[in-house]
Amino acid sequence: MSTTSTDEMDAAVATGAVEIGGAALAFGDRTLWSGLDLRIEPGEFVAVLGPNGSGKTTLLKVLLGQQPLSAGAVRVAGTAPGKGNHRVGYVPQQRAMDQQLTLRGRDLVGLGLDGDRWGTGLRGMRARRRKVAEAVDSVGATSYASSPVGQLSGGEQQRLRVAQALIGEPDLLLCDEPLASLDLTHQRTVTELIERRRRETGTAVLFVTHEINPVLPHVDRVLYLVGGRFLIGTPAEVMTSETLTELYGAPVEVVRVGGQIHVAGAQSALCEDTVHHHEHDHAEPV
Amino acid sequence: MDKLFDFELTARLLQLDFVLMALGAAAVLGLVAGALGPLIVMRRMSFAVHGTAELAFTGAAAALLLGIGVSYGALAGAVIAALLLGLLGGRESERDSVIGVILSFGLGLGVLLLWFYEGRSSNKFGILVGQIVAIEQQDLELLVGAAVVVLIVLAVIYRPLLFATVDPAVALARGVPVRWLSPLFAVLVGIATALGVQIVGALLVVALMVTPAAAAARVTASPWLATVLAVVFAETAALGGIVLSLAPGAPVSFFVTAISFTIYLVCRVIAYVRGRQGSLRDLSGSDSPRAAVRPS
Repeated sequence: MSTTSTDEMDAAVATGAVEIGGAALAFGDRTLWSGLDLRIEPGEFVAVLGPNGSGKTTLLKVLLGQQPLSAGAVRVAGTAPGKGNHRVGYVPQQRAMDQQLTLRGRDLVGLGLDGDRWGTGLRGMRARRRKVAEAVDSVGATSYASSPVGQLSGGEQQRLRVAQALIGEPDLLLCDEPLASLDLTHQRTVTELIERRRRETGTAVLFVTHEINPVLPHVDRVLYLVGGRFLIGTPAEVMTSETLTELYGAPVEVVRVGGQIHVAGAQSALCEDTVHHHEHDHAEPV
Repeated sequence: MDKLFDFELTARLLQLDFVLMALGAAAVLGLVAGALGPLIVMRRMSFAVHGTAELAFTGAAAALLLGIGVSYGALAGAVIAALLLGLLGGRESERDSVIGVILSFGLGLGVLLLWFYEGRSSNKFGILVGQIVAIEQQDLELLVGAAVVVLIVLAVIYRPLLFATVDPAVALARGVPVRWLSPLFAVLVGIATALGVQIVGALLVVALMVTPAAAAARVTASPWLATVLAVVFAETAALGGIVLSLAPGAPVSFFVTAISFTIYLVCRVIAYVRGRQGSLRDLSGSDSPRAAVRPS
Protein backbone atom coordinates (compact mmCIF):
# COMPACT_ATOMS: atom_id res chain seq x y z
CA MET A 1 0.00 0.00 0.00
CA SER A 2 2.61 2.51 1.02
CA THR A 3 4.70 2.58 -2.13
CA THR A 4 6.99 5.49 -2.78
CA SER A 5 4.66 7.01 -5.32
CA THR A 6 1.68 7.16 -2.96
CA ASP A 7 3.96 8.70 -0.33
CA GLU A 8 4.92 11.34 -2.80
CA MET A 9 1.30 11.93 -3.66
CA ASP A 10 0.46 12.28 0.02
CA ALA A 11 3.23 14.80 0.36
CA ALA A 12 1.91 16.70 -2.65
CA VAL A 13 -1.55 16.77 -1.08
CA ALA A 14 -0.15 17.91 2.25
CA THR A 15 1.79 20.84 0.76
CA GLY A 16 -0.07 23.42 -1.23
CA ALA A 17 1.34 24.61 -4.55
CA VAL A 18 1.66 28.02 -2.95
CA GLU A 19 1.57 28.85 0.74
CA ILE A 20 1.71 32.50 1.76
CA GLY A 21 1.33 33.49 5.39
CA GLY A 22 1.15 36.99 6.89
CA ALA A 23 3.00 38.37 3.91
CA ALA A 24 3.72 42.05 3.43
CA LEU A 25 5.58 43.92 0.76
CA ALA A 26 6.66 47.53 1.02
CA PHE A 27 8.98 49.79 -0.92
CA GLY A 28 10.09 52.64 1.29
CA ASP A 29 6.92 54.02 2.86
CA ARG A 30 4.68 52.63 0.16
CA THR A 31 3.02 49.35 1.16
CA LEU A 32 1.87 47.28 -1.79
CA TRP A 33 0.02 44.82 0.41
CA SER A 34 0.24 43.37 3.92
CA GLY A 35 -1.33 40.58 5.97
CA LEU A 36 -1.71 38.44 2.87
CA ASP A 37 -2.61 34.80 3.53
CA LEU A 38 -3.09 32.60 0.50
CA ARG A 39 -2.90 28.88 0.05
CA ILE A 40 -3.27 27.50 -3.45
CA GLU A 41 -4.02 23.78 -3.66
CA PRO A 42 -2.73 21.57 -6.46
CA GLY A 43 -5.10 21.86 -9.40
CA GLU A 44 -6.55 25.17 -8.27
CA PHE A 45 -6.97 28.12 -10.65
CA VAL A 46 -6.50 31.48 -8.97
CA ALA A 47 -6.86 34.72 -10.89
CA VAL A 48 -5.04 37.79 -9.59
CA LEU A 49 -6.86 40.99 -10.50
CA GLY A 50 -6.36 44.64 -9.75
CA PRO A 51 -5.38 47.95 -11.31
CA ASN A 52 -1.87 48.73 -12.52
CA GLY A 53 0.57 49.27 -9.68
CA SER A 54 -1.36 47.18 -7.16
CA GLY A 55 1.48 44.67 -6.91
CA LYS A 56 0.25 41.82 -9.10
CA THR A 57 3.51 41.33 -10.96
CA THR A 58 5.47 41.87 -7.75
CA LEU A 59 3.55 38.98 -6.21
CA LEU A 60 4.82 36.79 -9.05
CA LYS A 61 8.36 38.02 -8.39
CA VAL A 62 8.00 36.99 -4.76
CA LEU A 63 6.88 33.52 -5.82
CA LEU A 64 9.82 33.24 -8.23
CA GLY A 65 12.28 34.24 -5.51
CA GLN A 66 13.24 37.48 -7.25
CA GLN A 67 11.74 39.72 -4.59
CA PRO A 68 12.00 39.12 -0.84
CA LEU A 69 8.97 39.81 1.35
CA SER A 70 9.06 42.66 3.85
CA ALA A 71 7.31 40.38 6.33
CA GLY A 72 5.72 36.96 6.46
CA ALA A 73 6.55 33.63 4.89
CA VAL A 74 6.09 32.04 1.52
CA ARG A 75 6.60 28.54 0.17
CA VAL A 76 6.32 27.44 -3.43
CA ALA A 77 5.80 23.74 -4.25
CA GLY A 78 6.97 22.93 -0.75
CA THR A 79 10.27 24.83 -0.85
CA ALA A 80 11.53 28.36 -0.46
CA PRO A 81 10.76 30.53 -3.51
CA GLY A 82 13.58 30.49 -6.06
CA LYS A 83 14.84 27.11 -4.86
CA GLY A 84 12.49 24.93 -6.86
CA ASN A 85 12.00 27.03 -9.95
CA HIS A 86 12.26 23.99 -12.21
CA ARG A 87 8.90 22.93 -10.78
CA VAL A 88 7.39 26.27 -11.69
CA GLY A 89 6.30 27.17 -15.22
CA TYR A 90 6.24 30.85 -16.14
CA VAL A 91 4.26 32.36 -19.00
CA PRO A 92 5.12 36.03 -19.54
CA GLN A 93 3.23 38.73 -21.34
CA GLN A 94 3.65 38.69 -25.11
CA ARG A 95 6.45 41.01 -26.21
CA ALA A 96 7.79 41.80 -29.64
CA MET A 97 10.97 39.84 -30.31
CA ASP A 98 13.78 40.84 -32.64
CA GLN A 99 12.81 39.74 -36.15
CA GLN A 100 16.36 38.66 -36.92
CA LEU A 101 16.79 36.67 -33.70
CA THR A 102 18.50 33.36 -34.43
CA LEU A 103 15.89 31.26 -32.67
CA ARG A 104 13.15 29.01 -33.97
CA GLY A 105 9.90 28.27 -32.22
CA ARG A 106 11.08 24.85 -31.15
CA ASP A 107 14.29 26.29 -29.72
CA LEU A 108 12.21 28.57 -27.50
CA VAL A 109 10.26 25.56 -26.26
CA GLY A 110 13.46 23.54 -25.78
CA LEU A 111 14.91 26.24 -23.52
CA GLY A 112 11.98 25.60 -21.20
CA LEU A 113 13.13 21.99 -20.90
CA ASP A 114 16.85 22.38 -20.23
CA GLY A 115 17.80 26.03 -20.78
CA ASP A 116 18.72 26.36 -17.12
CA ARG A 117 21.16 23.42 -17.15
CA TRP A 118 24.93 23.67 -17.43
CA GLY A 119 26.95 21.58 -19.85
CA THR A 120 26.48 20.74 -23.49
CA GLY A 121 23.58 18.32 -23.13
CA LEU A 122 24.78 16.41 -26.17
CA ARG A 123 23.75 13.14 -24.59
CA GLY A 124 20.05 12.50 -24.80
CA MET A 125 19.61 14.70 -27.85
CA ARG A 126 17.17 12.25 -29.43
CA ALA A 127 14.95 12.06 -26.35
CA ARG A 128 15.09 15.83 -26.11
CA ARG A 129 14.05 16.31 -29.72
CA ARG A 130 11.09 13.97 -29.21
CA LYS A 131 10.00 15.75 -26.04
CA VAL A 132 10.19 19.17 -27.68
CA ALA A 133 8.25 17.91 -30.72
CA GLU A 134 5.54 16.54 -28.41
CA ALA A 135 5.30 19.78 -26.46
CA VAL A 136 5.10 21.78 -29.69
CA ASP A 137 2.44 19.44 -31.02
CA SER A 138 0.40 19.62 -27.82
CA VAL A 139 -0.17 23.35 -28.37
CA GLY A 140 -0.81 22.88 -32.09
CA ALA A 141 2.31 24.80 -33.10
CA THR A 142 4.00 22.17 -35.26
CA SER A 143 3.41 23.98 -38.54
CA TYR A 144 5.40 27.06 -37.47
CA ALA A 145 7.86 25.54 -34.98
CA SER A 146 10.73 25.94 -37.46
CA SER A 147 10.04 29.61 -38.21
CA PRO A 148 12.08 32.34 -36.53
CA VAL A 149 10.21 33.33 -33.35
CA GLY A 150 10.59 37.02 -34.14
CA GLN A 151 8.49 36.58 -37.26
CA LEU A 152 5.58 34.79 -35.60
CA SER A 153 2.34 36.49 -34.59
CA GLY A 154 1.68 37.33 -30.95
CA GLY A 155 -0.78 34.46 -30.64
CA GLU A 156 1.65 31.96 -32.13
CA GLN A 157 4.39 33.17 -29.79
CA GLN A 158 2.13 32.79 -26.76
CA ARG A 159 1.20 29.23 -27.70
CA LEU A 160 4.90 28.41 -27.86
CA ARG A 161 5.30 30.15 -24.49
CA VAL A 162 2.69 27.83 -23.00
CA ALA A 163 4.53 24.82 -24.45
CA GLN A 164 7.79 26.25 -23.05
CA ALA A 165 6.27 26.55 -19.58
CA LEU A 166 4.57 23.13 -19.65
CA ILE A 167 7.42 21.04 -21.07
CA GLY A 168 9.11 20.96 -17.66
CA GLU A 169 5.92 19.41 -16.19
CA PRO A 170 5.51 22.08 -13.52
CA ASP A 171 3.49 21.75 -10.31
CA LEU A 172 2.64 25.43 -10.49
CA LEU A 173 2.05 27.67 -13.47
CA LEU A 174 2.60 31.40 -13.01
CA CYS A 175 1.04 33.47 -15.78
CA ASP A 176 1.81 37.19 -16.06
CA GLU A 177 -0.84 38.68 -18.34
CA PRO A 178 -0.29 36.03 -21.02
CA LEU A 179 -3.40 37.14 -22.92
CA ALA A 180 -2.60 40.85 -23.13
CA SER A 181 -2.45 42.08 -26.75
CA LEU A 182 -3.94 38.86 -28.14
CA ASP A 183 -7.17 38.75 -30.14
CA LEU A 184 -10.19 36.91 -28.71
CA THR A 185 -9.59 33.67 -30.60
CA HIS A 186 -6.02 33.41 -29.40
CA GLN A 187 -7.02 34.42 -25.87
CA ARG A 188 -9.39 31.47 -25.83
CA THR A 189 -6.83 29.06 -27.29
CA VAL A 190 -4.09 29.98 -24.83
CA THR A 191 -6.52 29.82 -21.91
CA GLU A 192 -7.75 26.40 -22.98
CA LEU A 193 -4.20 25.07 -23.26
CA ILE A 194 -3.51 26.16 -19.69
CA GLU A 195 -6.85 24.85 -18.46
CA ARG A 196 -6.28 21.46 -20.11
CA ARG A 197 -2.98 21.09 -18.28
CA ARG A 198 -4.60 21.89 -14.97
CA ARG A 199 -7.42 19.40 -15.54
CA GLU A 200 -5.19 16.58 -16.73
CA THR A 201 -2.27 16.83 -14.31
CA GLY A 202 -3.45 18.94 -11.42
CA THR A 203 -1.01 21.79 -12.02
CA ALA A 204 -2.00 24.78 -9.94
CA VAL A 205 -2.43 28.03 -11.88
CA LEU A 206 -1.84 31.58 -10.65
CA PHE A 207 -3.07 33.82 -13.42
CA VAL A 208 -2.32 37.55 -13.26
CA THR A 209 -4.66 39.47 -15.53
CA HIS A 210 -6.51 42.75 -15.75
CA GLU A 211 -9.35 41.11 -17.66
CA ILE A 212 -11.10 38.22 -15.92
CA ASN A 213 -13.57 37.28 -18.65
CA PRO A 214 -11.34 35.09 -20.83
CA VAL A 215 -10.51 32.88 -17.83
CA LEU A 216 -13.77 33.29 -15.85
CA PRO A 217 -15.19 29.78 -16.55
CA HIS A 218 -12.07 28.17 -15.07
CA VAL A 219 -11.37 30.41 -12.09
CA ASP A 220 -11.79 28.83 -8.64
CA ARG A 221 -10.81 31.88 -6.64
CA VAL A 222 -9.93 35.50 -7.22
CA LEU A 223 -7.28 37.55 -5.44
CA TYR A 224 -8.26 41.16 -6.01
CA LEU A 225 -5.59 43.74 -5.11
CA VAL A 226 -6.35 47.46 -4.89
CA GLY A 227 -4.08 50.12 -3.42
CA GLY A 228 -2.76 48.10 -0.46
CA ARG A 229 -6.04 46.28 0.23
CA PHE A 230 -7.11 42.91 -1.11
CA LEU A 231 -9.89 40.36 -1.20
CA ILE A 232 -9.81 36.61 -1.73
CA GLY A 233 -12.82 34.52 -2.67
CA THR A 234 -14.76 32.88 -5.45
CA PRO A 235 -15.65 35.11 -8.40
CA ALA A 236 -19.26 35.11 -7.19
CA GLU A 237 -18.16 36.43 -3.78
CA VAL A 238 -15.61 38.98 -4.90
CA MET A 239 -17.01 40.27 -8.17
CA THR A 240 -20.03 42.13 -6.81
CA SER A 241 -20.77 45.84 -6.68
CA GLU A 242 -20.81 45.88 -2.87
CA THR A 243 -17.51 44.11 -2.24
CA LEU A 244 -15.59 45.97 -4.94
CA THR A 245 -17.05 49.32 -3.86
CA GLU A 246 -15.76 48.59 -0.38
CA LEU A 247 -12.40 47.43 -1.71
CA TYR A 248 -11.88 50.48 -3.93
CA GLY A 249 -13.40 52.82 -1.35
CA ALA A 250 -15.34 54.45 -4.16
CA PRO A 251 -18.47 53.56 -6.09
CA VAL A 252 -17.84 50.65 -8.42
CA GLU A 253 -20.55 48.88 -10.35
CA VAL A 254 -20.22 45.24 -11.38
CA VAL A 255 -22.38 44.33 -14.36
CA ARG A 256 -22.98 40.77 -15.53
CA VAL A 257 -23.79 40.47 -19.22
CA GLY A 258 -24.04 37.18 -21.08
CA GLY A 259 -21.83 35.24 -18.65
CA GLN A 260 -19.25 38.04 -18.56
CA ILE A 261 -18.35 40.37 -15.75
CA HIS A 262 -17.71 44.05 -16.35
CA VAL A 263 -16.40 46.35 -13.68
CA ALA A 264 -17.52 49.93 -14.24
CA GLY A 265 -16.04 52.89 -12.41
CA ALA A 266 -12.86 51.17 -11.25
CA GLN A 267 -10.73 53.49 -13.36
CA SER A 268 -12.24 56.72 -12.00
CA ALA A 269 -12.13 55.28 -8.49
CA LEU A 270 -8.37 55.22 -8.84
CA CYS A 271 -7.52 58.22 -10.95
CA GLU A 272 -4.07 58.40 -9.34
CA ASP A 273 -3.35 55.08 -10.92
CA THR A 274 -4.32 55.87 -14.45
CA VAL A 275 -0.93 57.45 -15.07
CA HIS A 276 0.85 54.22 -14.18
CA HIS A 277 0.72 52.19 -17.31
CA HIS A 278 3.64 50.05 -16.35
CA GLU A 279 3.39 47.95 -13.33
CA HIS A 280 7.15 47.75 -12.96
CA ASP A 281 7.67 51.49 -12.66
CA HIS A 282 7.95 51.66 -8.92
CA ALA A 283 7.94 47.98 -8.10
CA GLU A 284 11.44 47.53 -9.50
CA PRO A 285 13.72 46.93 -6.52
CA VAL A 286 16.94 47.88 -8.34
CA MET B 1 48.23 42.03 -59.25
CA ASP B 2 48.87 38.98 -61.44
CA LYS B 3 50.90 37.70 -58.51
CA LEU B 4 47.60 37.10 -56.75
CA PHE B 5 47.05 33.97 -58.80
CA ASP B 6 50.61 32.72 -58.83
CA PHE B 7 49.73 29.31 -57.47
CA GLU B 8 53.27 28.00 -57.72
CA LEU B 9 54.58 30.75 -55.48
CA THR B 10 51.67 30.24 -53.09
CA ALA B 11 52.36 26.51 -52.91
CA ARG B 12 56.03 27.13 -52.22
CA LEU B 13 55.27 29.66 -49.47
CA LEU B 14 52.78 27.26 -47.89
CA GLN B 15 55.67 24.99 -46.96
CA LEU B 16 57.37 27.60 -44.83
CA ASP B 17 57.24 27.17 -41.08
CA PHE B 18 56.13 30.68 -40.27
CA VAL B 19 53.30 30.41 -42.80
CA LEU B 20 52.10 27.15 -41.27
CA MET B 21 52.32 28.76 -37.84
CA ALA B 22 50.18 31.63 -39.10
CA LEU B 23 47.63 29.25 -40.58
CA GLY B 24 47.46 27.33 -37.30
CA ALA B 25 46.85 30.54 -35.38
CA ALA B 26 44.19 31.63 -37.86
CA ALA B 27 42.43 28.26 -37.64
CA VAL B 28 42.27 28.50 -33.84
CA LEU B 29 40.97 32.06 -33.98
CA GLY B 30 38.38 31.18 -36.62
CA LEU B 31 37.02 28.43 -34.40
CA VAL B 32 36.75 30.64 -31.32
CA ALA B 33 35.39 33.65 -33.18
CA GLY B 34 32.81 31.55 -35.01
CA ALA B 35 31.67 29.83 -31.82
CA LEU B 36 31.19 33.12 -29.94
CA GLY B 37 29.86 35.09 -32.91
CA PRO B 38 26.15 34.19 -32.92
CA LEU B 39 25.83 35.08 -29.24
CA ILE B 40 27.71 38.35 -29.83
CA VAL B 41 25.27 39.24 -32.60
CA MET B 42 22.20 38.21 -30.59
CA ARG B 43 23.40 40.20 -27.59
CA ARG B 44 24.10 43.21 -29.84
CA MET B 45 27.71 43.36 -28.76
CA SER B 46 29.38 44.30 -32.07
CA PHE B 47 30.40 47.70 -30.80
CA ALA B 48 31.56 46.16 -27.52
CA VAL B 49 33.84 43.84 -29.51
CA HIS B 50 35.28 46.83 -31.32
CA GLY B 51 35.79 48.70 -28.05
CA THR B 52 37.39 45.68 -26.41
CA ALA B 53 39.73 45.34 -29.38
CA GLU B 54 40.88 48.95 -29.01
CA LEU B 55 41.79 48.29 -25.40
CA ALA B 56 43.57 45.13 -26.44
CA PHE B 57 45.57 47.47 -28.68
CA THR B 58 46.35 49.70 -25.70
CA GLY B 59 47.49 46.67 -23.72
CA ALA B 60 49.59 45.45 -26.63
CA ALA B 61 51.19 48.89 -27.00
CA ALA B 62 52.05 48.92 -23.30
CA ALA B 63 53.53 45.45 -23.58
CA LEU B 64 55.60 46.50 -26.58
CA LEU B 65 56.97 49.46 -24.65
CA LEU B 66 57.74 47.36 -21.57
CA GLY B 67 59.28 44.59 -23.65
CA ILE B 68 56.78 41.93 -22.55
CA GLY B 69 55.05 39.66 -25.06
CA VAL B 70 52.49 41.57 -27.08
CA SER B 71 49.98 38.72 -26.70
CA TYR B 72 49.99 39.05 -22.93
CA GLY B 73 49.50 42.80 -23.17
CA ALA B 74 46.61 42.39 -25.59
CA LEU B 75 45.03 39.76 -23.35
CA ALA B 76 45.30 41.93 -20.25
CA GLY B 77 43.94 44.98 -22.07
CA ALA B 78 40.97 43.09 -23.51
CA VAL B 79 40.00 41.44 -20.24
CA ILE B 80 40.22 44.75 -18.36
CA ALA B 81 38.10 46.33 -21.10
CA ALA B 82 35.51 43.55 -20.86
CA LEU B 83 35.26 43.99 -17.09
CA LEU B 84 35.11 47.79 -17.38
CA LEU B 85 32.33 47.62 -19.97
CA GLY B 86 30.53 45.09 -17.80
CA LEU B 87 30.79 47.31 -14.71
CA LEU B 88 30.08 50.70 -16.26
CA GLY B 89 27.72 49.74 -19.05
CA GLY B 90 25.17 47.75 -17.08
CA ARG B 91 22.19 49.62 -18.42
CA GLU B 92 21.27 49.08 -22.01
CA SER B 93 20.64 52.79 -22.57
CA GLU B 94 24.12 53.67 -21.33
CA ARG B 95 26.13 50.88 -22.85
CA ASP B 96 26.62 52.45 -26.25
CA SER B 97 28.07 55.70 -24.94
CA VAL B 98 30.18 53.98 -22.27
CA ILE B 99 31.87 51.91 -24.97
CA GLY B 100 32.55 55.04 -27.03
CA VAL B 101 34.05 56.80 -24.03
CA ILE B 102 36.35 53.93 -23.03
CA LEU B 103 37.30 53.07 -26.61
CA SER B 104 38.45 56.57 -27.49
CA PHE B 105 40.48 57.02 -24.32
CA GLY B 106 42.09 53.61 -24.76
CA LEU B 107 43.06 54.41 -28.35
CA GLY B 108 44.54 57.75 -27.33
CA LEU B 109 46.54 56.14 -24.54
CA GLY B 110 47.78 53.49 -26.96
CA VAL B 111 48.97 56.14 -29.41
CA LEU B 112 50.97 57.82 -26.63
CA LEU B 113 52.53 54.50 -25.58
CA LEU B 114 53.53 53.82 -29.17
CA TRP B 115 55.09 57.28 -29.43
CA PHE B 116 57.36 56.37 -26.51
CA TYR B 117 58.33 53.11 -28.21
CA GLU B 118 61.58 53.31 -30.11
CA GLY B 119 61.67 49.88 -31.73
CA ARG B 120 60.73 48.94 -35.26
CA SER B 121 57.80 50.85 -36.58
CA SER B 122 56.33 47.77 -38.29
CA ASN B 123 55.61 46.45 -34.79
CA LYS B 124 53.54 49.54 -34.09
CA PHE B 125 51.55 49.21 -37.26
CA GLY B 126 51.18 45.47 -36.70
CA ILE B 127 49.07 45.66 -33.56
CA LEU B 128 46.60 47.95 -35.31
CA VAL B 129 46.15 46.01 -38.53
CA GLY B 130 47.63 42.63 -37.65
CA GLN B 131 50.91 40.87 -38.28
CA ILE B 132 50.11 37.25 -38.57
CA VAL B 133 53.49 36.34 -40.04
CA ALA B 134 55.14 37.41 -36.80
CA ILE B 135 53.41 34.62 -34.84
CA GLU B 136 55.94 32.54 -32.95
CA GLN B 137 55.78 29.17 -31.27
CA GLN B 138 55.11 30.62 -27.84
CA ASP B 139 52.37 32.91 -29.18
CA LEU B 140 50.71 29.90 -30.72
CA GLU B 141 50.86 28.03 -27.42
CA LEU B 142 49.21 30.92 -25.59
CA LEU B 143 46.66 31.18 -28.38
CA VAL B 144 45.74 27.49 -28.20
CA GLY B 145 45.63 27.53 -24.40
CA ALA B 146 43.36 30.57 -24.28
CA ALA B 147 41.14 29.17 -27.03
CA VAL B 148 40.69 25.89 -25.19
CA VAL B 149 39.69 27.73 -22.02
CA VAL B 150 37.19 29.89 -23.91
CA LEU B 151 35.62 26.93 -25.70
CA ILE B 152 35.30 24.82 -22.56
CA VAL B 153 33.70 27.64 -20.56
CA LEU B 154 31.40 28.39 -23.48
CA ALA B 155 30.33 24.75 -23.71
CA VAL B 156 29.51 24.69 -20.00
CA ILE B 157 27.46 27.90 -19.96
CA TYR B 158 26.03 27.67 -23.48
CA ARG B 159 22.42 26.76 -22.72
CA PRO B 160 21.84 29.17 -19.82
CA LEU B 161 23.66 31.87 -21.78
CA LEU B 162 21.46 31.34 -24.84
CA PHE B 163 18.39 31.32 -22.59
CA ALA B 164 19.45 34.56 -20.88
CA THR B 165 20.23 36.12 -24.25
CA VAL B 166 17.03 35.39 -26.16
CA ASP B 167 14.53 35.19 -23.32
CA PRO B 168 15.84 36.99 -20.22
CA ALA B 169 12.56 37.25 -18.30
CA VAL B 170 11.76 33.54 -18.48
CA ALA B 171 15.42 32.59 -17.96
CA LEU B 172 15.43 34.64 -14.75
CA ALA B 173 12.17 32.99 -13.69
CA ARG B 174 13.76 29.58 -14.21
CA GLY B 175 16.66 30.51 -11.95
CA VAL B 176 19.32 31.21 -14.60
CA PRO B 177 21.93 33.57 -13.06
CA VAL B 178 21.37 36.20 -15.77
CA ARG B 179 23.34 38.84 -13.87
CA TRP B 180 26.74 37.22 -13.83
CA LEU B 181 26.49 35.45 -17.15
CA SER B 182 26.82 38.78 -18.96
CA PRO B 183 30.20 39.81 -17.51
CA LEU B 184 31.46 36.23 -17.84
CA PHE B 185 30.58 36.19 -21.51
CA ALA B 186 32.15 39.63 -21.92
CA VAL B 187 35.41 38.23 -20.55
CA LEU B 188 35.27 35.29 -22.98
CA VAL B 189 34.74 37.76 -25.81
CA GLY B 190 37.63 39.83 -24.45
CA ILE B 191 39.99 36.86 -24.54
CA ALA B 192 38.93 35.96 -28.08
CA THR B 193 39.33 39.56 -29.16
CA ALA B 194 42.85 39.68 -27.80
CA LEU B 195 43.68 36.60 -29.86
CA GLY B 196 42.20 38.29 -32.92
CA VAL B 197 44.32 41.40 -32.41
CA GLN B 198 47.38 39.26 -33.13
CA ILE B 199 46.06 38.14 -36.46
CA VAL B 200 43.89 40.79 -38.07
CA GLY B 201 44.78 43.62 -35.71
CA ALA B 202 42.72 45.72 -33.35
CA LEU B 203 40.93 47.65 -36.06
CA LEU B 204 39.66 44.62 -37.94
CA VAL B 205 38.78 42.07 -35.27
CA VAL B 206 35.09 42.65 -35.94
CA ALA B 207 35.55 41.03 -39.37
CA LEU B 208 36.10 37.67 -37.70
CA MET B 209 34.08 38.02 -34.50
CA VAL B 210 30.92 39.59 -35.89
CA THR B 211 30.67 39.43 -39.69
CA PRO B 212 30.58 35.61 -40.05
CA ALA B 213 27.87 35.28 -37.40
CA ALA B 214 25.89 38.17 -38.86
CA ALA B 215 26.05 36.41 -42.23
CA ALA B 216 24.93 33.10 -40.70
CA ALA B 217 21.99 34.80 -38.97
CA ARG B 218 20.73 35.86 -42.40
CA VAL B 219 20.37 32.32 -43.67
CA THR B 220 19.30 30.27 -40.65
CA ALA B 221 17.26 30.72 -37.49
CA SER B 222 18.68 27.64 -35.79
CA PRO B 223 21.19 28.62 -33.10
CA TRP B 224 23.17 25.42 -33.65
CA LEU B 225 23.35 25.72 -37.41
CA ALA B 226 24.18 29.41 -37.09
CA THR B 227 27.14 28.51 -34.88
CA VAL B 228 28.38 25.86 -37.33
CA LEU B 229 28.03 28.26 -40.27
CA ALA B 230 29.73 31.07 -38.37
CA VAL B 231 32.71 28.81 -37.66
CA VAL B 232 32.89 27.74 -41.33
CA PHE B 233 32.65 31.35 -42.52
CA ALA B 234 35.25 32.58 -40.01
CA GLU B 235 37.65 29.76 -40.96
CA THR B 236 37.15 30.49 -44.65
CA ALA B 237 37.92 34.17 -44.11
CA ALA B 238 40.89 33.65 -41.78
CA LEU B 239 42.60 30.79 -43.65
CA GLY B 240 41.59 31.96 -47.10
CA GLY B 241 42.78 35.46 -46.34
CA ILE B 242 46.23 34.25 -45.37
CA VAL B 243 46.60 31.97 -48.38
CA LEU B 244 45.49 34.65 -50.83
CA SER B 245 47.86 37.18 -49.30
CA LEU B 246 50.93 34.97 -49.71
CA ALA B 247 51.82 35.41 -53.37
CA PRO B 248 51.29 39.17 -53.68
CA GLY B 249 52.73 39.73 -50.19
CA ALA B 250 49.85 42.11 -49.55
CA PRO B 251 48.37 42.71 -46.07
CA VAL B 252 46.50 39.68 -44.69
CA SER B 253 43.89 41.95 -43.12
CA PHE B 254 42.53 43.09 -46.45
CA PHE B 255 41.92 39.56 -47.69
CA VAL B 256 40.40 38.40 -44.40
CA THR B 257 37.98 41.31 -44.28
CA ALA B 258 37.21 41.09 -48.01
CA ILE B 259 36.31 37.38 -47.84
CA SER B 260 34.30 37.97 -44.69
CA PHE B 261 32.41 40.82 -46.33
CA THR B 262 31.76 38.84 -49.51
CA ILE B 263 30.28 35.96 -47.52
CA TYR B 264 28.05 38.44 -45.72
CA LEU B 265 26.82 39.93 -49.00
CA VAL B 266 26.11 36.50 -50.46
CA CYS B 267 24.11 35.54 -47.36
CA ARG B 268 22.08 38.73 -47.60
CA VAL B 269 21.30 38.02 -51.24
CA ILE B 270 20.22 34.48 -50.33
CA ALA B 271 17.96 35.84 -47.59
CA TYR B 272 16.49 38.41 -49.99
CA VAL B 273 15.76 35.84 -52.68
CA ARG B 274 14.20 33.48 -50.13
CA GLY B 275 12.10 36.31 -48.72
CA ARG B 276 10.76 37.14 -52.17
CA GLN B 277 9.92 33.53 -52.89
CA GLY B 278 8.25 33.26 -49.48
CA SER B 279 6.07 36.30 -50.02
CA LEU B 280 5.13 35.15 -53.52
CA ARG B 281 4.04 31.82 -52.07
CA ASP B 282 2.00 33.61 -49.41
CA LEU B 283 0.28 35.67 -52.07
CA SER B 284 -0.58 32.64 -54.16
CA GLY B 285 -2.73 31.51 -51.28
CA SER B 286 -3.74 28.28 -49.65
CA ASP B 287 -0.54 26.25 -49.94
CA SER B 288 1.13 28.14 -47.15
CA PRO B 289 1.29 25.99 -44.01
CA ARG B 290 0.78 29.09 -41.88
CA ALA B 291 -2.65 29.65 -43.44
CA ALA B 292 -3.75 26.19 -42.36
CA VAL B 293 -3.26 26.96 -38.66
CA ARG B 294 -6.53 27.16 -36.83
CA PRO B 295 -6.85 27.51 -33.08
CA SER B 296 -8.21 24.24 -31.76
